[in-house]
Amino acid sequence: MEVQLSLKTVSIFDKKLITGHRLLCQSFLKTYFCGNKTTQFKMPDINELQDFVTQVRRDILRQVHKVNSGHPGGSLGCAEFFSVLYQEVMDHNTNFDMDGKDEDLFFLSNGHISPVFYSVLARSGYFPVEELNTFRLIDSRLQGHPTTHEGLPGIRIASGSLGQGMSVALGAAQAKKLNNDKHIVYTLHGDGELQEGQNWEAIMYAAGNKVDNVISTVDLNGQQIDGSTETVLPLGNLKEKFEAFGWDVLEIEDGNDLKQVIDGLKEAKSRTGKGKPVCILMNTVMGNGVDFMMHTHAWHGKAPNDEQLETGLSQNPETLGDY
Amino acid sequence: MKEYKNTGSKDTRSGFGAGLTELGKTNENVVALCADLTGSLKMDEFKENHPERFFQVGIAEANMIGMAAGMTIGGKIPFTGTFANFSTGRVYDQIRQSVAYSGKNVKICASHAGVTLGEDGATHQILEDIGLMKMLPGMTVINTCDFNQTKAATLAIAEHDGPVYLRFGRPKVANFTPEDQKFEIGKAVKLYEGRDVTIIATGHLVWEAIQAAVELNEKGISAEVIDIHTIKPLDEEAIITSAKKTGAVVTAEEHNFLGGLGESVARTLAENHPTPQEFVATQDTFGESGTPAQLMDKYGLNSAAIIKATEKVLKRK
Repeated sequence: MEVQLSLKTVSIFDKKLITGHRLLCQSFLKTYFCGNKTTQFKMPDINELQDFVTQVRRDILRQVHKVNSGHPGGSLGCAEFFSVLYQEVMDHNTNFDMDGKDEDLFFLSNGHISPVFYSVLARSGYFPVEELNTFRLIDSRLQGHPTTHEGLPGIRIASGSLGQGMSVALGAAQAKKLNNDKHIVYTLHGDGELQEGQNWEAIMYAAGNKVDNVISTVDLNGQQIDGSTETVLPLGNLKEKFEAFGWDVLEIEDGNDLKQVIDGLKEAKSRTGKGKPVCILMNTVMGNGVDFMMHTHAWHGKAPNDEQLETGLSQNPETLGDY
Repeated sequence: MKEYKNTGSKDTRSGFGAGLTELGKTNENVVALCADLTGSLKMDEFKENHPERFFQVGIAEANMIGMAAGMTIGGKIPFTGTFANFSTGRVYDQIRQSVAYSGKNVKICASHAGVTLGEDGATHQILEDIGLMKMLPGMTVINTCDFNQTKAATLAIAEHDGPVYLRFGRPKVANFTPEDQKFEIGKAVKLYEGRDVTIIATGHLVWEAIQAAVELNEKGISAEVIDIHTIKPLDEEAIITSAKKTGAVVTAEEHNFLGGLGESVARTLAENHPTPQEFVATQDTFGESGTPAQLMDKYGLNSAAIIKATEKVLKRK
């Protein structure tokens, strides 16, 4: 309790500081108050988490606006997912080590939503938040799509060419089993991305080989570059498809509702280790939190102009401090 | 003239299998993945000895390459096995993004390369794979010439940190390199000293180059023969030194002349010591069905073709 109190006290003075140290505190609390690293230590403070999400949205808009390129729509839609995953769910180490032994891993398959990934990694303590200023600029570690090539902490595989992330995650998950490492491998995929055939090779492999230490989340925003998934290439009933392939499937009705995302990820975690890979079908709204970007594919890969940025930022007031 | 003896014809893929079996015993981080061609790749013994470290992925090469990349995260050294065509062309983007660009320690081991795959025909006979793989930044590209060298290469690449493409073949060919050889990645092996011409060969063409050198010697032509098992990184020093000495070069490979060893040698010489060069390789064509020997003959990939190319290049000196 003392630790929690001091955490709140500090947060009044410097929320920026807290963001970087939050995980350290969590890990401390988990270790000393629960005794089991993989147990959820407490119900998270939704208000604090909401502040985090709001700041992540600002970061997304500002990154994309500065270089007049990038993908704000899908990034905004997944702000809650990334925030919950890195702030509340994953047992992970910000002192980055590529092998990631004895910690949970995350692989972003739809790499174009790098703005949300970079913001959450930075604000979780992987690299200085100020580095978000270099997004997509020459000589930056924050490439247009995430890569290991420039050594950015938190990234374990390049992604961008779609459909490859699940295979990589399955390999990492199998390596964990060989290493007797009980941690979980998380992935995120776009819904349109499931049109890539490699996913279905991986989906078939995972169930057939009981890779039950994987939780793959599909971001169901129903949009892709050329229009809705329904008009470009219908995905059909994904729940039935994953189940037919032998996965344990659960749904998050509103992936932009923090409590639902927390509950969904916790539920998914509880279903690991039972012989089946776990899939979360998560409904989100592309462009969530910025009214004129919502419910359209128009902002999939388009940056806001100065005026639009101001509107977007006014709808998401500064919480943890801009970089 | 030194005599290279065939100690018993064997397939290079069995050299890979033997190397993998040994690695299974000596390196617990080595894992193997196969896309429904375990027998063809001679991976059975590894599979039997280490079922927990063998991953049958089915006919799904893209997933295999991605999984191999993922397994390096956690310290594993994955060896993937399928035919050369399905190891490269089919999964180029997976190798490019998840392996090469991501700098993963994956060993892509490819059998049945080139026309010596034989009767299955052109759908399975890739002649472009060296080019595809050598174009990828950071990729090491190796094409071995016999059983012993393939085994030694298999052991050596496990010790090398970084992505490797190891190319070998289907048919039984002469086994003539030493059983106890030390395989040095990127280091050319000089088989004959010569004065008049340098024959630079890789893979199955190395044995043919030896036969050619013996015949040329009888005609009074002194050929230097270099076995280039590593096409990337290329032993440029060995090539330049020899070209300076002989003033004429013949390259020989079971691969398209576009993108293969010959082009790498030509670029090296163009930059450092321009030298007349002839290319023994396929001439921008697909293969076809036939026996390996018939195909090597038809597509000009044997000692007779090397001799012809040598006579041609000598006139250009």
